[in-house]
Amino acid sequence: MQDVTVMLYSLIGFMIIGSIVAIETRDLLSSVICVGAVGFALSVINLLLGAPDLALTLVVVEVLTLVVLIRAIRTRRDTYHATSRDTLAIGVVVAGLCFVFTVAYFLLDKLPAFGKPLMLMSEPYLRSGLESNSAVNYVTSILLDFRAYDTLGEATVIFTAIVGAYAVLRKVGRKREAAGNESDR
Amino acid sequence: MKQPGMSLIVKTVTRLITGFIMIFGLYLVIYGHITPGGGFSGGVVISLALILTLLAFGKEFIDAHALIGDNGMEAVDVFGAFAFLVIALLGYFAGAFFSNRIIGHGEPFHLFSGGIIPFCNLAIGLKVGACLFGVLVALAVFHTQRRHDPSEPREEG
Repeated sequence: MQDVTVMLYSLIGFMIIGSIVAIETRDLLSSVICVGAVGFALSVINLLLGAPDLALTLVVVEVLTLVVLIRAIRTRRDTYHATSRDTLAIGVVVAGLCFVFTVAYFLLDKLPAFGKPLMLMSEPYLRSGLESNSAVNYVTSILLDFRAYDTLGEATVIFTAIVGAYAVLRKVGRKREAAGNESDR
Repeated sequence: MKQPGMSLIVKTVTRLITGFIMIFGLYLVIYGHITPGGGFSGGVVISLALILTLLAFGKEFIDAHALIGDNGMEAVDVFGAFAFLVIALLGYFAGAFFSNRIIGHGEPFHLFSGGIIPFCNLAIGLKVGACLFGVLVALAVFHTQRRHDPSEPREEG
């Protein structure tokens, strides 16, 4: 148990460093790769905490995100320009962080300990899952039977996002095509 | 630009491993109610196998096969979403939407178990795999359209 905690803290530190590098670096490609590294570390954390479904999904989504992002930034040659740091902005950020940490210090005492959640909601599912639908993987059983409406909403969200991406990308492609062969039109 | 796609090494390796990636994705979808996995992750793995093909062989390979083109992927996407909705509405005959009593449950730990869950997994796997690959195809169209003018006029829509 102690090994898991040590690995968790080191992975969280790696994620924090990766996020800071992703924000601060000038090169857009390095930034994208740092975001991918943070995602992979999060996937390893999920695996350590005993959520193989989530870890698997996160790994494949990270790979896909990396491919799409690199594909998208390949033509854009402009790199990220760092904004100028003035003292007012830094002061506001520091004040906000102090406020958040102060509130969190008093609030986090009230939460249950890490790794020991209150198993109130999941108890009925775990008890009645197998005779309710005889699916052995309880995650899928909850996603597609007990919480199927949520999954329908998720599918709707993905569908809407993809249709929007199609609309935007095809319009740009058609414009380029029309500019390419004007004699056709 | 002498040859579409990447080098010969990449193409050979892609030919060797794309089938295995596709089989792994199908396994994740079909066995989603028994082992870790499910419709979403399996669908993403399937779309990654297709994306590997697209990256290695170039846009011309996609143009040669109508089913994995832009419009074909959209059709599969819509079909998957519609199938999921139909499965949800079929539960109305058993009392409630998404009811798991329209077909038998089967034995636990067997492939044919879980009622409607394997079919929902199949529908979501089709939908996710098709739509995520279709977006990359649309991006590829967006990139290559300016230097590569198609001979056939594209339909309006």
